[in-house]
Amino acid sequence: MKARNFRYVRPSSLDQACRILAGVDEAVPVAGGQSLLAGLNMRLSAPKLLVDIGDLKELTGQSYEDGAVRLGALTRHAELLRSELIQKRVPLLVRAAAHIGHVAIRNRGTLGGSLAYADPAAELPACAVALGATLILGSLAGEREVKAEDFFTGLFETELKPGELIVAVKFPAMQPGMSVGFAELSRRHGDFALVGLAAVATMQRDRIGAARLAYFGCVDRAKVACSVSAAVAGLAPPLRDTSAFAQAIRQDLTPEDTTGLRADTKLHMATVLTRRVLNSLSQRTDP
Amino acid sequence: MSARQASSTGIGARIPRRELKRLLSGHGRYIDDIELPRMLHACFVRSPHPHAKLVSVDIAAARRAPGVAAVFTAADINPKCEPFVGVALHRPGHRSAPQRLLAAERAVWQGQPVAVVVAESRGEAEDAAELVAIEWEPLPAVGDQWQAIAPGAPVIHAELGDNVAFDFSLEKGEPGKAFAEADIVIEEELRFERQMAVTLETRGLIADFNSGDGSLTVIHGHQSPFQMQEVFSRHLNIPEHKIRVTAPDIGGGFGMKLNLYCDEIATVVASMLLGRPVKFCVDRLESFVSDAQARDHLIKCRIALNKAGEITAMEMDDISAVGAYGMPLRFNVAEGMMAITLAGAPYRFENYKGRTRSVYVNKNLIGMYRGVGMPLACVATELLTDLAADKLGLDTVEFKRRNYWPKASLPCVTPGGQKLETVSFHECLEKLVRLMNYDALRKEQAELRKRGIYRGIGIATFCEQTAYGAPYYGPSGAAISTQDGCTLRLEPSGSVRCITSLTDQGQGTLTSVAQIVADSVGLSIEQVSVAGGDSAISPYGGGAWASRGTAIGGEAALRAGTMLKQNILALASAITQTPADALTIAEGQVMNARTGQVVISLADVGRIGYFRQDTLPRDFDVQLSVSASFVANDKMCYMANGVQASYVEVDCETGFIKMLGQWAVDDCGRVINPLLVDEQVRGGIVQGIGAVLFEECIYSDDGNLLNGTMADYLVPMAGEMPDIALDHVETPEASTRLGAKGIGEGGLIGAMGSVWVAVNDALKPLGAKVRHQPFTPERILDVLARKT
Amino acid sequence: MTDLVGEEDVPIEATLNGKPLKRRVKARQHLADFLRQEMELTGTHLGCEHGICGACTVVIDGCTARGCLTLAAQISGKSVDTIEGMTESGKLSELQSEFIARNAAQCGFCSSGMLLTAYELVASGRKMSRAEIREFISGNMCRCTGYHAIVDAVEAVMAKKVKASAGGKF
Repeated sequence: MKARNFRYVRPSSLDQACRILAGVDEAVPVAGGQSLLAGLNMRLSAPKLLVDIGDLKELTGQSYEDGAVRLGALTRHAELLRSELIQKRVPLLVRAAAHIGHVAIRNRGTLGGSLAYADPAAELPACAVALGATLILGSLAGEREVKAEDFFTGLFETELKPGELIVAVKFPAMQPGMSVGFAELSRRHGDFALVGLAAVATMQRDRIGAARLAYFGCVDRAKVACSVSAAVAGLAPPLRDTSAFAQAIRQDLTPEDTTGLRADTKLHMATVLTRRVLNSLSQRTDP
Repeated sequence: MSARQASSTGIGARIPRRELKRLLSGHGRYIDDIELPRMLHACFVRSPHPHAKLVSVDIAAARRAPGVAAVFTAADINPKCEPFVGVALHRPGHRSAPQRLLAAERAVWQGQPVAVVVAESRGEAEDAAELVAIEWEPLPAVGDQWQAIAPGAPVIHAELGDNVAFDFSLEKGEPGKAFAEADIVIEEELRFERQMAVTLETRGLIADFNSGDGSLTVIHGHQSPFQMQEVFSRHLNIPEHKIRVTAPDIGGGFGMKLNLYCDEIATVVASMLLGRPVKFCVDRLESFVSDAQARDHLIKCRIALNKAGEITAMEMDDISAVGAYGMPLRFNVAEGMMAITLAGAPYRFENYKGRTRSVYVNKNLIGMYRGVGMPLACVATELLTDLAADKLGLDTVEFKRRNYWPKASLPCVTPGGQKLETVSFHECLEKLVRLMNYDALRKEQAELRKRGIYRGIGIATFCEQTAYGAPYYGPSGAAISTQDGCTLRLEPSGSVRCITSLTDQGQGTLTSVAQIVADSVGLSIEQVSVAGGDSAISPYGGGAWASRGTAIGGEAALRAGTMLKQNILALASAITQTPADALTIAEGQVMNARTGQVVISLADVGRIGYFRQDTLPRDFDVQLSVSASFVANDKMCYMANGVQASYVEVDCETGFIKMLGQWAVDDCGRVINPLLVDEQVRGGIVQGIGAVLFEECIYSDDGNLLNGTMADYLVPMAGEMPDIALDHVETPEASTRLGAKGIGEGGLIGAMGSVWVAVNDALKPLGAKVRHQPFTPERILDVLARKT
Repeated sequence: MTDLVGEEDVPIEATLNGKPLKRRVKARQHLADFLRQEMELTGTHLGCEHGICGACTVVIDGCTARGCLTLAAQISGKSVDTIEGMTESGKLSELQSEFIARNAAQCGFCSSGMLLTAYELVASGRKMSRAEIREFISGNMCRCTGYHAIVDAVEAVMAKKVKASAGGKF
């Protein structure tokens, strides 16, 4: 279908962008546009003004400082796959990015866009939560930091206030003894995940010391799966069965039946995936 | 059939589809690429309800919207068109309510068109469509077959009394007795969900009614321009000779673009009312609720065997939900009829019972889609015979060797009524076994099972009806031509121009025709141009459907080529004073047949024949333009056959299925272009794999389509598909000079069978069986959990 | 602030198939429609307008992108290449030649997008397995060929180019 009518503006500074977003009714930001424009083409929403934030220098850049990698919100998914810095310091993002859509989508889609859209089936929100990342949000009032685990508040809902944009995200870098795991089940490569899992763990010799697990696809928002994370501490992969955490999964995940996939199937798949991801943790930590 | 020297560009040559150079450089001309002066764009308002009373329609705001030329409702459109009744006259008891173009008092499926907005651009038409205010009163909807025939079910069309469109049974021999006396009986219930063709290019047309002379031109993304010319004439009351329907480049058809669509015909009426060209290109979202759909069957089937391992009987009981109306012309009974008449066909047995019922439901219409009912027959037959082999402790290949019709028994008629003459089940099977290294795969399967890895091998045999003859549609009353024709003209410069009634949506039919013309006249393919179905200038014909183009249109081209060659030689003879029977044509030159010496070029023949008749004998009649047609008056079809194999792995923890390999051996008679044949088979195979593993239209219980987007209806993409190895057997069709049969559908038919059997083969050690297509991960997990 | 921020008709300056482009475009019009309707470059096709099928794939600043998920307005300051331009420049000639030789296209509707995606793959200079090629083209739907011949064609071109410099852009 053809999108409904709207106006378009492309501000040249973050300040100007925030001013417009705060002051104009039914104004929405567009970065990569890979989610927004699909929705507009299907007439799922009717914004009056699109604010193209693609030119904002403040939202770009990659740097490494104080044990964290800072990525500008406009970092394209394709850049995650190409960047040597990210491959070395935040390999979980590289693992995840390979599953995001397809090449053409990754060339345009952005980190900030994915986090702001907060699709519960998306990879990057779960990775941000699992890594304990911090989002830097900008508005006319200045910048503030919000932890990823506090950022996703509901189904497609975030902490972003009107007139506020994600400026950058700080990801804790890999430390010695850290291990990351990632897996997702999707019907076809690049499809939305039915069930997925991002996991970050500290390994103590063969055992999992502490772990942060965040699921996607079978949840309503990205969050730390606290019970499972606690249940897997101390386990020594490879695990032969799922008894150590199967109950915890049912505490953390309360999926609903959706078209073609029941809640109990999602729980089963999440359980299977958890075992597979945990079993991959004891292996090499490079992507 | 005499042996022919294969030329490098003639029959037997591997030549890519000739349009590709143009299409791959961005110079295609698909329907949405075409603009006509003063052209408007149509957009339909559709029912959101599967069944609802149309209380009121308010178009006032829509009419005032920017860019809008008109908004039409049933009151404007319907009176201009004779209603359709999609009933096959030769099927007693086949019933349908009459269908009008736009819903008037009631909508009976979600997506049924209600109003049409015509505006300067599609975007503006969509904006205005949102302003059409409709008041609906939802009615109880019939969502599936069981609801349709349940006692007390809402009757969709009161005048029919119930929801049964068709109920047909056939019986041969004594199946009841055979089943009662059988040593082994295997019984299964198979469910096939609704599916769709999902052509990458959606449907579309530009209707251009000229109010100056009452003529109608339609540029139509349709597989059969002649069918549509006849439909427009009869239903819109326009003299047939004032209608021209042409097909542009088409982005895939697969049978879907063969059906009759009310929205397309309503677009023509809109053009008639406005006196301006109107374009309607279906939007992808709307395609899911308006394109004709396919499958949607429940089949109970069983097989009886004696302990010697011989099949003694088979039975099929099919019930399909065909939507809210009978599809006009391309009747909704076809899937069920093919399912029950082709079941068991490759195997020797005498006793058979088949029943098919088509019932009406509040859903979109079922129409033609690649394979029609033949994939269902293949799945039922090959699953049952695979299970039978297991029961007997026989390898499935060995079982087939013993139970196929022996060569010596051909020709024969199967219990389902199929005439088998030039089929090659045994040869294809042996080639397949070698191609796939069957024994090695079985060994590997056994080894991996010990390690808890579950792989399956499935073999599926099929025979398929191709290239229907006059007896197929004739008695049905449908004005569908199974004839095709070819006009050839020698150009003054010595090349040959061909106009065929065939159409080409990618399969390369026009290239095959060029090869046949090149060979039969005696020049190279570069000297031949081929234009496809144009109802005004082509000889009358059927177009592209049911794997018929090369076999039938090719035969017509062969006839025409032979005629043109004779006429050229007659003229050459008159020019050069050499007896015609001493001459032949090769490489664009007329030459002495015995010595090969060039006598005169085709260019000189053309020049003289068109411009220098003054140099010819007084009574010599130059005829450098010829036309020939071909149809099989008495043959139902050309029976082709093949066999395929799938190798799969089932992840029993997640329910996901991986395709490890696919092999196919097919016999489509004489192969005109092996490259095009290979690629048709491959494309069909992937659609078959998609059918078994991915594709379904998911509805709520009362007929709301829940997954009508490209993200949710899963068409196979490259990542999940296997490499496909191919081999061939050539058993020419005996009744034609060309000897070609059809190949368009075999890929899909065989692959559906082989994947069904392979996945079930993988699950055998776990005591699980899956009978509900598509085999989603959830369905696999469910059967593993039940272990029934 | 009033609703008069922004425009429904947006001025853009870009490079299209190597030539300068200066136009006013409708804000609501996506790039694929702009190319097809305003620039009459109909080689870019629409298959879904959801971003899934890949028929609308074009090249923006040297990388493939979905024409239906990009606004025409967004290309201002960028360079866009379409199937027509990439053909004229000869960049696609090896791929086109291998595709045609293997009949790795039938109806041709997916081919514009498929070729541009294949070009990006091959231009990366990396040697890929068939499975990796399949994964790379998994965002381009083909309903006709079953993909096998397309993978063959890409593999053939890749084998020739494997010595070319890595690092990707056109």
